[in-house]
Amino acid sequence: MELRKENKVLKYVLVTISFIFLGVFLILPLIYIVITALKDGIAGYVNAVSDEYAIKAALLTIKATVFAVIVNTIFGISAAWLITKYAFKGKKILSTFIDLPVTVSPIIAGLIYVLTFGRQSSLYPILDSYGIQIIFAVPGIVLATIFVTFPFISRELIPVLTAQGSDEEEAAALMGAGTAKIFRKVTFPHIKWALLYGIVLCTARAMGEFGAVSVLSGHLRGKTNTLPLYIELLYQGYDFTGAFAASSILVVLAIVVLILRLVIEKRGQKELDLNK
Amino acid sequence: MNNRRSVIPGFGISLGITITILSIVVLIPLCSLVVFSAKLSLSEFVYTVTRPRILSGYFVSISTAFIASVVNVVMGLILAWILVRYDFKGKRFIDGIIELPFALPTAVAGISLTHLTTTNGWVGQIFYKLFGIKIAYTRIGITVALIFIGIPFVVRSVQPVLEKIDIQYEEAAFILGADSRTTFRKVIFPEILPAIISGFTLAFARSIGEYGSVVFIAGNTPYETEIAPLLIMSELQEYDYSAATSIALVMLGISVIILSINAVAQGIVSKRVNGKA
Repeated sequence: MELRKENKVLKYVLVTISFIFLGVFLILPLIYIVITALKDGIAGYVNAVSDEYAIKAALLTIKATVFAVIVNTIFGISAAWLITKYAFKGKKILSTFIDLPVTVSPIIAGLIYVLTFGRQSSLYPILDSYGIQIIFAVPGIVLATIFVTFPFISRELIPVLTAQGSDEEEAAALMGAGTAKIFRKVTFPHIKWALLYGIVLCTARAMGEFGAVSVLSGHLRGKTNTLPLYIELLYQGYDFTGAFAASSILVVLAIVVLILRLVIEKRGQKELDLNK
Repeated sequence: MNNRRSVIPGFGISLGITITILSIVVLIPLCSLVVFSAKLSLSEFVYTVTRPRILSGYFVSISTAFIASVVNVVMGLILAWILVRYDFKGKRFIDGIIELPFALPTAVAGISLTHLTTTNGWVGQIFYKLFGIKIAYTRIGITVALIFIGIPFVVRSVQPVLEKIDIQYEEAAFILGADSRTTFRKVIFPEILPAIISGFTLAFARSIGEYGSVVFIAGNTPYETEIAPLLIMSELQEYDYSAATSIALVMLGISVIILSINAVAQGIVSKRVNGKA
């Protein structure tokens, strides 16, 4: 009982510290963005977010995000399946390479693509003869976005598949089911929430990537500017209202992502409990 | 699962898809980094990375990332603790909002933190008027941005471990006469230490490479607030790929060292914990 009493003071102190810390570091910046975005009134805000270049930047961001999500979903599922269902040599190295992109600075990520596809690269003449331009163009932006979100989906799936084991799949295989059928009927129902969560995380990061995309973008307004790059451009041109208005779109999306995460976690948990 | 040939079909196709995408996205670009690095002359490499401006860039990046990560270890521990051990109003909100730095684009966080901490910003003016401390456009500002970026790492690695600790051990310690401080130090701390180290390492590695949130708040004054990733960026903008690659190689080396320290520390700690048990 004595212990309980002591904990109450400690609890009060720790909870207060946490609220202040998160309030200053996380909530205040959000509030500031919203207030600054609305400084010139609703009309000014609508004007800023419906600017032709803002919309083009948003469309490019969506395009890069969709590509990243599709590629990483295909990759994530097949890599997670490969790693958890089979025993083979080099598994550890494979995992290391999959996780590598998130430990590398975004700027270095951009740099390695410049070295691969840039003018000094031996691939450049081949690509150029087909008229394919990768760096300082949209494909570079898409590649950079895929890179920085590369392990997001496989990393969510691997723990779930490991915990699940392979018994059910083995049973299905022995009963004569093919790969596609086993995946669809046996594996997929187990991983769907983890997959959805991975997709949400991937979407969030892909929309907001700045460093790597900044290296590979030609910074052409309306052509190779993503939303975060467009925000930088406005900010550097001292159009703070515009910059914060465009930012507010990404703030809303970030909040949606956080809420989705809580919902998915809850649903996934419920299903797990039901299965038990 | 131990038998080499699994009965589950689909090994070939999943291997094929995985290796193809991995090659295009990671392996080929990585190879081109290796090939390009091999072409650098050693003297040029040494000259580039030992330029005072570059050295100061490394120093700024490492020191601010280190301080920010230490702050995040302390705050991360507190946050994980209150989320696991206490019930209070707004707990779900805190649990949700912690992930914000992952969800919010770094550039957006960067411009907002910058405006808040300039000498006439909401927070900045308080510090400037009361203590004469400038936050934005100084190393303190860089540290602030890196604290923001690193918040989720320690919380998310400590939280699950803390949840799994059996309360019985603490009760036993208490019955044996240990006060709560001793219990924390001797019973709980050793259990969560590996998670703290890995959270710290992840936050540290991420902070060293961080660009988006830092460029706005840093002010980017040479020798003062220029971070290493920014130096790579400026070399790239001048199309000096050799210099950019040289700076990047040192940074990659630093990351490898940090991640290896983590691996070694994990090994030592797990040995110690398991040895005691």
